[in-house]
Amino acid sequence: MGNAKVIAKGNFKIKPDMQKIFKAMLPVIGILVGALAGSLVILAKGVNPVHAYAALMEGAVGSMDNFASSLIKTIPLGLTGLAVVISYRAGIFNIGAEGQLQIAAIAVTLIGTQIRGLGPVLHILLCLLAAALAGGVCALLPGIAKAYKGFNEIVITMLFNYIAILFVGFMVQGPMKMKNQYYPQSAPLFPSAKLPYIIPHTRLHAGIILLIIISIVTYLVLFKTAFGFKIRAVGFNQRAALYGGIDSRRVMVVAMVISGAVAGVAGGVEIMGVHGRLIENFSPGYGYDAIAVALLADLHPIWLLLSAFFFGALRNGASSMQISTGVPVSFVYIIQALAVLFVVGSTGVPRFIKKVRRARKNA
Amino acid sequence: MLDQILHVVLSTTFFESSLRLATPLILAVMGGILSERSGVLNLGMEGMMLMGAFFGFAGSYFTGSPWLGLLCAVIGAMILGFIHAFSCISLGLNQVVVAVAVNILGLGLTSSLLRTLFGASTSQLKSAGFKPWEIPFLSNIPVIGTIFFKQTVLVYIGLLLIPLTWWVFYKTTWGLKIRAVGEYPRAADTMGVNVTKVRYLCVLYSSIMGGLGGASLSIAGLNTFVDNITAGRGFIAFSAIIFGKFNPLGAAAGAFIFGIADSLQLNIQALGIKIPYQIPLMFPYILTLIVLFAVGAGSSPKNWGVPYNPDGE
Repeated sequence: MGNAKVIAKGNFKIKPDMQKIFKAMLPVIGILVGALAGSLVILAKGVNPVHAYAALMEGAVGSMDNFASSLIKTIPLGLTGLAVVISYRAGIFNIGAEGQLQIAAIAVTLIGTQIRGLGPVLHILLCLLAAALAGGVCALLPGIAKAYKGFNEIVITMLFNYIAILFVGFMVQGPMKMKNQYYPQSAPLFPSAKLPYIIPHTRLHAGIILLIIISIVTYLVLFKTAFGFKIRAVGFNQRAALYGGIDSRRVMVVAMVISGAVAGVAGGVEIMGVHGRLIENFSPGYGYDAIAVALLADLHPIWLLLSAFFFGALRNGASSMQISTGVPVSFVYIIQALAVLFVVGSTGVPRFIKKVRRARKNA
Repeated sequence: MLDQILHVVLSTTFFESSLRLATPLILAVMGGILSERSGVLNLGMEGMMLMGAFFGFAGSYFTGSPWLGLLCAVIGAMILGFIHAFSCISLGLNQVVVAVAVNILGLGLTSSLLRTLFGASTSQLKSAGFKPWEIPFLSNIPVIGTIFFKQTVLVYIGLLLIPLTWWVFYKTTWGLKIRAVGEYPRAADTMGVNVTKVRYLCVLYSSIMGGLGGASLSIAGLNTFVDNITAGRGFIAFSAIIFGKFNPLGAAAGAFIFGIADSLQLNIQALGIKIPYQIPLMFPYILTLIVLFAVGAGSSPKNWGVPYNPDGE
């Protein structure tokens, strides 16, 4: 009986190298399917999809300016994406990146507008520290609730996101609102707290360097250190890690706090590099996009740079596509969702084939 | 200020609006609880409700009939329900990841279609909607009549489903099957229960109810649709189920609490008390969090979120 099972299994096993290629191609297939579905939306709008996607490409990478804009959007997507990677590797799903970056933005704005007389280096470092602290603190409670009490972290972080976004609205319309200003916004950050632009004639700021550094550090920590090994072990199998002498609960909480800190830095960098002050809706949902960014990169910190750029360019290009063709930006979400479904879906296909075959055999 | 609030809270209209605002949650909860009890984690409720809200609105707008709108709501939500069921049950994928994708898909589809079908300016759109339906005699009872019997048909459906769901769960073979599949799928399988079928039906049913819940947001009074109109209600419904310890009666109580919180924040805003509007808006979310922490993680179905693999690998 056991023998028959093995043979049946062998029948639909794809060769290992083919499997590898297939796996690497998955994100691309996912994106293509998403783009195809997006074409339906575009067609429904009465626009030629080829024309619309050309406009999207033009807007995304058509000129130095557009390319820089795509990179600017890559920064928060990459940082929040890393936040998702770090927590997910430890078996916690941090959907709270959006809320963490919102609260961190408040912290950064406070440090950036209230403390004066520091040199740029010190002021920027202090702001980043505040952002990381604020984000980390926000992630601490959900981390403990999940690891020690078995709560569902998705619900907790999601509810917190709504509260955080409303809280930012409250702050910029109330206590932090700049005096004698019509618009709900805070006072501008002192110049010493702003991130410098790094390419002349564009608004691309130093956050991109920070993203690359944090991404490399995340890679090194996850794959080259004992702590990274612990994180991955816990994420892979919590109970097995426990038998291996790893305090998996503690590891989960620490990973969650680090994740929150990185998400916080994303929010801080967005204020220090792009807006220069706290405003409402400064994030169009980067913390949510981060999930797709992380999953599309197969939770790898280096590949993530590519997937963050892809989504940054997509978002940026879609905005100019909306202006020139009227196709709504929100169709980006459809591409995101389908890409994620395809990437994770592929892992279930062998199981599905097996199931179908067995059903046929029984029939 | 406090006496103003107290005055509002003690009025019948306050409870009438609390019940109305609890209805989207009650409907979603009565569906979601089946999915959860059958062992499939349904965090995609938010997206399903959003689809229901949009398709209910669009269907009602184009046909002029809220009943046809309701049909569209159900179909729209079931698209996501099927994706969720197929991914979680047939493919055995990570149910949390699938739910996240389902929610993003719901958001993307609804806001894209809104702009595609209705153009850029959507501020003045009004569809046909359900009107309150006064039940003869019963609606004349003082206080209770106003609170319970001058509501829309969706409120009545929600109220009737609470005891009905409880009855199905604990008094019928179907309920036993669902609970068995969530607790010990292998044992249920050995007893001849088709685990896959039960789970599929439960997830699809939960999407239907999510669709009705969404429609009760868009076409039962407001008769309009705005981006992300659900604003986290799918997650609040999920929290209500946890609050109710996976029992329909407890979960309904949870939904009522959030309905009251929602009504309270709307009333505080309407009173014109000088506090920033964000504070009352935060109230339902904060209350949900507090209640969740107070109740604790509780006892969930044993095989909640675990795909069933008959080969035991």
